[in-house]
Amino acid sequence: MAFWKRPGFQRRWDSVKRGWYKFSKNPVSVVGLFFVLLVSFLAAFAPYVAPYPEHAGRFVNFSEASQPPSLKHPFGTDVFGRDILSRVFFGFRYSLMMGVVVLLLVVPPGVVLGLLAGYYRGTWIDTVIMRITDVFLAVPPLILALAVCSVLTPSVFNAMMAVSLMWWPWYTRLVYGLASSIRNEFFVQAAEVAGASRSHILFREILPNCVSSIFTKMSLDMGWVILIGSSLSFVGLGAQPPTPDLGTMVADGAKYLPDQWWIAVFPALAIMITVLGFNLIGDGLRDLFALEEV
Amino acid sequence: MEKLLQIEGLKVEFKVYEGLLKVLNGVELALEEGERVGLVGEAGCGKTTTMKCVLRILPSPPGRITAGRILFRGQDLLRLPLQRMQRVRGRGIAMIFQDPTAALNPVFTIGDQLMAVIRHGSRDAMNKKEIRRRAIAVLREVQLPDPERILANYPIQLSGGMRQRVCIAMALSTEPELLIADEPTTSLDVTIQDQILRLLNALVERRGTSVIFITHSLGVVREMADRVYVMYAGSIVESAPKGELFSRPLHPYTQGLMRAVPKLTGGGIAEGIPGRIPDYLNPPPGCRFQPRCPHAWERCSQAPPPLKEVEDGRQVACFLYEEGA
Amino acid sequence: MKVLKFVAKRLLMSIFVLFGLSILIFLVSRVLPGDPVRMALGPRAPEWAVQNMREQMHLDKPLYVQYYYWLSGALHGDLGQSLFTRRPVMDDIKEFLPATMELALFAGLIMAIFGILLGAVAGRYSNTWVDNTVRIFSYVGVVTPSFVFAILFLLLFGYLLRWFPTAGRLSAGIPRPPAITGMVTLDALITGNWAALGDALWHMVLPAVSLALGGMAQEARITRSTISDNLRKDYIGAARGFGVPERLVMLKYLLKPSLIPTASILGLDFASLLANAFLVELIFNWPGFSRYGINAMLRKDLNAVSAVVMVLGIVFVIVNILVDLVVAGLDPRIRLGAERGK
Repeated sequence: MAFWKRPGFQRRWDSVKRGWYKFSKNPVSVVGLFFVLLVSFLAAFAPYVAPYPEHAGRFVNFSEASQPPSLKHPFGTDVFGRDILSRVFFGFRYSLMMGVVVLLLVVPPGVVLGLLAGYYRGTWIDTVIMRITDVFLAVPPLILALAVCSVLTPSVFNAMMAVSLMWWPWYTRLVYGLASSIRNEFFVQAAEVAGASRSHILFREILPNCVSSIFTKMSLDMGWVILIGSSLSFVGLGAQPPTPDLGTMVADGAKYLPDQWWIAVFPALAIMITVLGFNLIGDGLRDLFALEEV
Repeated sequence: MEKLLQIEGLKVEFKVYEGLLKVLNGVELALEEGERVGLVGEAGCGKTTTMKCVLRILPSPPGRITAGRILFRGQDLLRLPLQRMQRVRGRGIAMIFQDPTAALNPVFTIGDQLMAVIRHGSRDAMNKKEIRRRAIAVLREVQLPDPERILANYPIQLSGGMRQRVCIAMALSTEPELLIADEPTTSLDVTIQDQILRLLNALVERRGTSVIFITHSLGVVREMADRVYVMYAGSIVESAPKGELFSRPLHPYTQGLMRAVPKLTGGGIAEGIPGRIPDYLNPPPGCRFQPRCPHAWERCSQAPPPLKEVEDGRQVACFLYEEGA
Repeated sequence: MKVLKFVAKRLLMSIFVLFGLSILIFLVSRVLPGDPVRMALGPRAPEWAVQNMREQMHLDKPLYVQYYYWLSGALHGDLGQSLFTRRPVMDDIKEFLPATMELALFAGLIMAIFGILLGAVAGRYSNTWVDNTVRIFSYVGVVTPSFVFAILFLLLFGYLLRWFPTAGRLSAGIPRPPAITGMVTLDALITGNWAALGDALWHMVLPAVSLALGGMAQEARITRSTISDNLRKDYIGAARGFGVPERLVMLKYLLKPSLIPTASILGLDFASLLANAFLVELIFNWPGFSRYGINAMLRKDLNAVSAVVMVLGIVFVIVNILVDLVVAGLDPRIRLGAERGK
């Protein structure tokens, strides 16, 4: 039988459809989705939609330097004569990449450690994992990421590594809290009595009940990671010029304030729109799943 | 004779995301001085909402009173300025809530809450010492041991039964003329339910307080009430003195309720009423009970039947009892 | 006594965390590539000088020996020399930390007071225009990086409108009050120097508000949702129904239980506030610990970087204990629960 005709799949598909219906009825999440789709589209097709794709990198045209917004350059140009609109489109790529890569690196280990610590609550496994987590949570991730970046050569890649190194404990702590209460539920005990394997209980019984919280946190975290990434670039410990990173662009533009305000303001707005999109989706998911705290 | 409380044509809507829920659909209820009234109906039929309207504590948003009058000693509570309403609350009307855990503020001591009620809800002004003395006296009256210690306790330090006793103490501490008891035993252990009921009964009997007793259990009504109002989906469908209602229920819904009560003799299980309470967003046309009613005919879905006096002291909202029907 | 015991227990637990943090930051600063000594002395320094300094800092020894020297030094208050300022790091910290604490505390106050106020009003009047305005403000606060706020305020209120000073802690004409705590406002308050107090506060407004807005938005959101939820609770209906005056219901019986979730996230918000100070102090040229920290990071001044992280770790340990005390003070369920079990 084809997999989409199986009753299990049908049931799940129905619940996805129902969830989507409720999600799409909430104006907050629809606006968020719109921003995220817009930003993703512009990032994915930056070379085709940007009016001057060659301006993304090392490009100089002093005859058009520091021009205010106009029809030709809707967001104006920077001191090298580069079109800011085009650079913002490419900047979305770095922001989204930052968020996606960090979350991909961080969520699996963070979740698995949280599941283990929560399931073996009260044993040495719990103690070891959670005490290490506490150490990482003792100082804000931005500061630790700054410290790590400071000893590395500044680059987008190293910034992603530094943030990833500091971000996993948040997932461990979230899943730990969920798992340690879910493991006392009857369905988990029933599975244990029925002789299910540890991995079955962890990944097929407990994990599915954490998924809604994890997804919601991921959506909100996309925003936070992008903010932190832009902060790293802003101080010069992340992306380096001429990389069209939004944080770097704000830092560069800040030197020419207030007269050439457009150089800093548009990249700053671009960061805000991206973060807002993911935040709104996160809020929509939180409403949808009726989560208390994530 | 003037009624103590008279609710006329009370309509309430709840604004929710999906639209407007017409939760109360013209509630009519009257109660005389010293009378004990039972208000019966399934969960979610609007009993609690009606009573929250009487005290004007319906959370709004989402709730909104759209029509009706609530006369207490002849004055319309819904049009009273808040200042004067404050003087009705506590000393005039007091309420015991269904769930004592939710009705007690978790972060203040029992003493703080009880003494605030006595201080602001009572008729006479008292100094701190007198307030404290009164608090200890009412706690003793609801048979709580060591009232001094209970005053210093937080709600979580008490058991469910003790919390409900505290709530009863609060409601009686202001010597109200009318006591509203909203399913005061539903959230308690079965073993304690009877104790609390008997205690409550004794206390109101001694004081001669008028009572509205909300419940979904006909057994409780039989013990507590002189007159019974039966409510279904936001309106009163029948009212009658207790004895007559139990011996000869008129409305098909009341008849169904009676059949749903398990009997000790005769064996067999109770029947229950098929179907469930209608969707308030799109209520059925005409009589709201009509989709579940065994006697419904076409007229029932055309217009809602009005609540009419059919016999002396008996009212029913059903076309079966219209003259000439 | 109970409070003392609780604090002692938490401090003991925190020692483990700080010990772990010291290992973490030591590993980060020593294992990762780069030659800090060469960087500090410059490319033209002779090889023997580099070698000397390396020995002096025990950088030639195995890692665990280095860690031993570093930790035992730190426990005696010796955090090593800054490779850049060439002074003991401890002296730098003593000089710069008060300025940052002053700024952060001021910002924290603004954050908590206005966050709770806005959230409470929005929650009380939920789904009205007040609520919607606060909601929009919260989104702006949450999604805007604090360095963007800082730049905007500096530009608008500092340079264009000239309402506030753009850098430093005091105006040129005003002598600094004697350093008792190192916090200018507090010193001015102690010595009764009102001119200096006013001027110092004036200098703090822009950086403090830039720092506070993000956390303020978070606090407002949480407070709003708890207030509007609790407003529908039976205990509020009961208090009203028993004739307790509306003002008392709102300011006492609604507010106290509603502040618990807000208070519990104060610690997190204060943490991100201090993290953002790393950027905002740079923008406002605020001579504080965070600016010192970020400069140390930019120059790979390893001793200073590890010291900065450790000091922040200690600060957060204290902040978290304070937050827990506040929450326990608000919520008897936690107080009594802690008494019974654990």
